[in-house]
Amino acid sequence: MNYQSILFSADKGVATITLNRPDKLNSFTDEMHGELRDAFKTIAKDETIRCVLITGAGRGFCAGQDLSHLASEDARAEQDLGETLDKNYNRLIRTIRSLPKPVVCAVNGVAAGAGANLALACDIVLAACSASFIQAFCKIGLIPDAGGTWTLPRLVGSARALALAMLGDKISAEEAHDWGMIWKTFDDETLMPEAQGMALHLATQPTQALALIKRAFNASTSNTLDQQLDLERDLQTIAGRTSDYHEGVDAFLNKRPAEFSGK
Amino acid sequence: MPVQNQPEYTDLIVTTPAPHVLQVTLDRPKAYNALCSNLLHELADVLEKATDDPSIRAVVLTGGPIVFAAGADIKEMADHTATTVKEDSRAGYWAVVRNFSKPIIAAVNGFCLGGGNELAMHADIIIAGHNAEFGQPEINLGIIPGAGGTQRLLRTVGKSRAMQMILADERITAQEAQQYGLVSEVVPAELCVERAVKLATRIASKPPLAVQRAKQSILQAYELPLADGLRFERENFCALFDTEDRLEGIAAFTEKRKPHFKGK
Repeated sequence: MNYQSILFSADKGVATITLNRPDKLNSFTDEMHGELRDAFKTIAKDETIRCVLITGAGRGFCAGQDLSHLASEDARAEQDLGETLDKNYNRLIRTIRSLPKPVVCAVNGVAAGAGANLALACDIVLAACSASFIQAFCKIGLIPDAGGTWTLPRLVGSARALALAMLGDKISAEEAHDWGMIWKTFDDETLMPEAQGMALHLATQPTQALALIKRAFNASTSNTLDQQLDLERDLQTIAGRTSDYHEGVDAFLNKRPAEFSGK
Repeated sequence: MPVQNQPEYTDLIVTTPAPHVLQVTLDRPKAYNALCSNLLHELADVLEKATDDPSIRAVVLTGGPIVFAAGADIKEMADHTATTVKEDSRAGYWAVVRNFSKPIIAAVNGFCLGGGNELAMHADIIIAGHNAEFGQPEINLGIIPGAGGTQRLLRTVGKSRAMQMILADERITAQEAQQYGLVSEVVPAELCVERAVKLATRIASKPPLAVQRAKQSILQAYELPLADGLRFERENFCALFDTEDRLEGIAAFTEKRKPHFKGK
């Protein structure tokens, strides 16, 4: 596929999206959003794709929205930030959260603003030791978007989330890991091989069950325990009808490794 | 003759997924289940036959996994004038659905728009898949809902929300639809039809005449002032005392056994 702002490839069940504007720290433009939407359309349609890996090219992961076209006051007055969110960021975050396949994010460098929140919207977040996370929004008079005000307090608790959002402090990958904001950190040179290994593993797992796990966790944030128990019942009914469930039980009983098809 | 042995329908699939339960599946996938005159005609035909078939006690109405029904058939509508549309036979088909005496449960997955939403609202109970989306987009075509949309939506979701949906074509999700009382349950899309069939099966195990009188009484609440509605309910209540099923229900209760209802 001929993209300008991202790289996209699919191999062995893993679709890899690389944000690819390295000279601009992979900051978001309308073009990049359009290409991401297109790539996710392919991912949603292609049954052979069973895991997604997102990372950035060059030294940064993603610096958030590209502000370079906002030099003049007129340009700033003209833009409707709500519309930009509706059109670009909200669709992207909703797509990732509702995608019935696991999404792994390898944060290779600085993740700022919407870039940080894109990473945190993914299912499993890995980071290089040199990576950092910044809720930069308050520094230009804005609020965390791309799901930040929802994701952050759930990951790190209100006290830390509010301070991060109001101070705009940069936190290291290690600190993010200590706070439970991300899953694991790796040395810079081992991040990509580790992330790719995890993505390849996930692409051999019971994809439907993983999708149902994601659905249950997504719903849990607004459900009562009673509602969630009902939902677990319903989703488990569905999981129990997949051929991967039968394969999993059969493999367990026969003490052999399971071969999941994702169906 | 049981309904499932009737001549093939072209726009519907009719099955009997459980004893006493008829499932009608809108089946025009290429046209997003648009409600063309033939489909409505077939639906009216199925329901008329189900009315006369004592073995049918509840109906499940559903569409496809991605579209329940996306609206009326716009191509058919294109050539109508104010006069011809008034004489259209469609109103008669809708009346059959409206007057059907046995319970209808709609299982809605995906898009449920325009005439599709109006059809779902003709059902007595709506179960929605989590991916369902409800709306009345007629305004975009320079027309308005014509099969009860302005009336039923108002009574269900309230004035402000109904106005928003009909004047601005704002759609609502399954979750919102449940909040507003348009649907009674939201379940995973994969289980939507199954849940509706289970519910229909449960209803079908109840005494049919009582079920029908109860449905009638509830629907009369839309037509009558409360005092008249209460009188109507009372008449229905009394009428059931002359049925065999009432005697059987009470006998089974006192004898601590399962009742066997005959619909008499």
